[in-house]
Amino acid sequence: MGVWIMAGVTFREAARKKMLWMALAAGCAFLILFGTGLNFQAKDFAKHGMSPIMRREISFTMLTMGLYAVDLLAVLMTILTSVDTLSGEIASGTIQAVATKPVPRWQVLMGKWLGFVAMLTTYIAIMVGGVNAITYLMARVTARHLLSGFLLMWMESVVLLSVTFAFATYFSTLTSGILALGLHGLAFIGGWIEQLGAITQTPRAVTVGVIASVIMPSEALWRRAAFEMQSPLANAMRVSPFSTLSVPSIAMVFYAGLYLTIALALAVRRFSQRDL
Amino acid sequence: MTRSSDPAIRTRGLRKVFGGKVAVRNLTLDVARGEVFGFLGPNGAGKSTSVKMLLGLVFPTSGEAEILGRPAGDVKARSKVGFLPEHFRFYDWLTPAELLKLHGRLYGMSQRVLRERIPTLLYLVGLTPHRDKRLQEFSKGMLQRIGLAQALLNDPELIFLDEPTSGLDPFGRRMVRDIIKAQRDRGATVLLNSHLLGEVEITCDRVAFIKDGEVLETRTLEGEAKEQNTVLIRAGKVTDEMVKGLAQWTSSAQYEGGRLVFSLSSNATLPEVVRYLVSAGADIYEVAPQRLSLEERFLQVVGSDGGM
Repeated sequence: MGVWIMAGVTFREAARKKMLWMALAAGCAFLILFGTGLNFQAKDFAKHGMSPIMRREISFTMLTMGLYAVDLLAVLMTILTSVDTLSGEIASGTIQAVATKPVPRWQVLMGKWLGFVAMLTTYIAIMVGGVNAITYLMARVTARHLLSGFLLMWMESVVLLSVTFAFATYFSTLTSGILALGLHGLAFIGGWIEQLGAITQTPRAVTVGVIASVIMPSEALWRRAAFEMQSPLANAMRVSPFSTLSVPSIAMVFYAGLYLTIALALAVRRFSQRDL
Repeated sequence: MTRSSDPAIRTRGLRKVFGGKVAVRNLTLDVARGEVFGFLGPNGAGKSTSVKMLLGLVFPTSGEAEILGRPAGDVKARSKVGFLPEHFRFYDWLTPAELLKLHGRLYGMSQRVLRERIPTLLYLVGLTPHRDKRLQEFSKGMLQRIGLAQALLNDPELIFLDEPTSGLDPFGRRMVRDIIKAQRDRGATVLLNSHLLGEVEITCDRVAFIKDGEVLETRTLEGEAKEQNTVLIRAGKVTDEMVKGLAQWTSSAQYEGGRLVFSLSSNATLPEVVRYLVSAGADIYEVAPQRLSLEERFLQVVGSDGGM
């Protein structure tokens, strides 16, 4: 019961503090920009009489690019909105009034986590749906495996959320934010090293990328999502700049699931045992 | 279940060390049900840390603590506890009624009960006119009032009030006193943390002087009142013979500048003394039993350096 009460208040907080609305407003601005660009491109394609295959591939690339931007926005949204909820309330003493109620601490933490999961799910669904709707309207193109792509992007966000929560039970807001962003940055760079390693056929560079994904699997989930969503031709030719020269395996997805479970368990354990 | 025969609070050798710093050294305390118990000590004496250990917010380094017959921090015991933190803060986007509803739900209270209870509590703490404002518009005193309301939401058996009058104007302080009295009248136990001695003196049945996380002395305040054994009488026409004649009641009588000061083993003998003085021809203007104030006692016990 406590879990749902805390989840509800956390979700409402995101809405009442205008976090969710501001993020959605910024997201809409992004979608409008994206749609405008795509619209001009579609008009020029028609003017130049480009072949349908080429037109389709370029539209697919635009779609992947749009989703890549959504992914980056989702990463930032996840860390920035959730980083203060535990450490900030511990520092200000707000948590004391909640933690002395007859609700076990794990329920307080899981409630907050679920509230953020609900908010981020809404955000990612609207943004991924929006990008796909726009490319469909403008160019009759949608992601190849939309649902699995969405779920992988969602999972990336949940991994980052759980890691941010775990950090926030140990450190201050600022330190937790720096650590979570830094860890994702490491995965991000690792992902590019892996891609370039694959292009230049440097197995050791690919290994560095894989190690980075083991340390933080967030970026690997995006690359798997891009692989699921972009055109089969781009996957086969391996020419897209946004993905998938070295595709993370399904095992990596399971690993990410295990990773987020452990991060969440650590957060619960630490929050239940620490002084507030 | 908690039994009414269990003490409200029981601690044995409770100790808390933060890093290398000892916050609470050795707290051993018993508070009976229905008592209003004052926790008095200078800043940094370990009062708030002690309360937090009893509530399960802070984990003791060693020692034992029970509230309402259950280990401190126990979830079931917490359903019968109310707590006003020292600096009450909460989500500032809520209105006071929304805040109370949320806390009520965390206590497991039904919507029906809350519908009746919330307006009553808002009225009690004087926030009815502000019920639709958001907490972000609240002053410190108003936050303290809503904090107090949430501490009373579940009709708690045990209420912890940590510096409840901080930020309150004289009306607010009066309100806190009245609320504490009402809680005592309905049989609740109140633990009042304060460094305002006058406030404690008025409201508490018993006090513990605490310094460096240790109880130096526990006193019953009613008993304190009975210890009014020094008497000052403003009187004229008092002769040396009269002063000598007081030896049958006291050996410490001194008369100087129209003030006769002496100590008595019991105030019950005071009327006899006054009758004797009047019949011997003295003019009596004022009879004032002197009472060792809590403040003087506090300074004696804790030390005038305030433990700093």
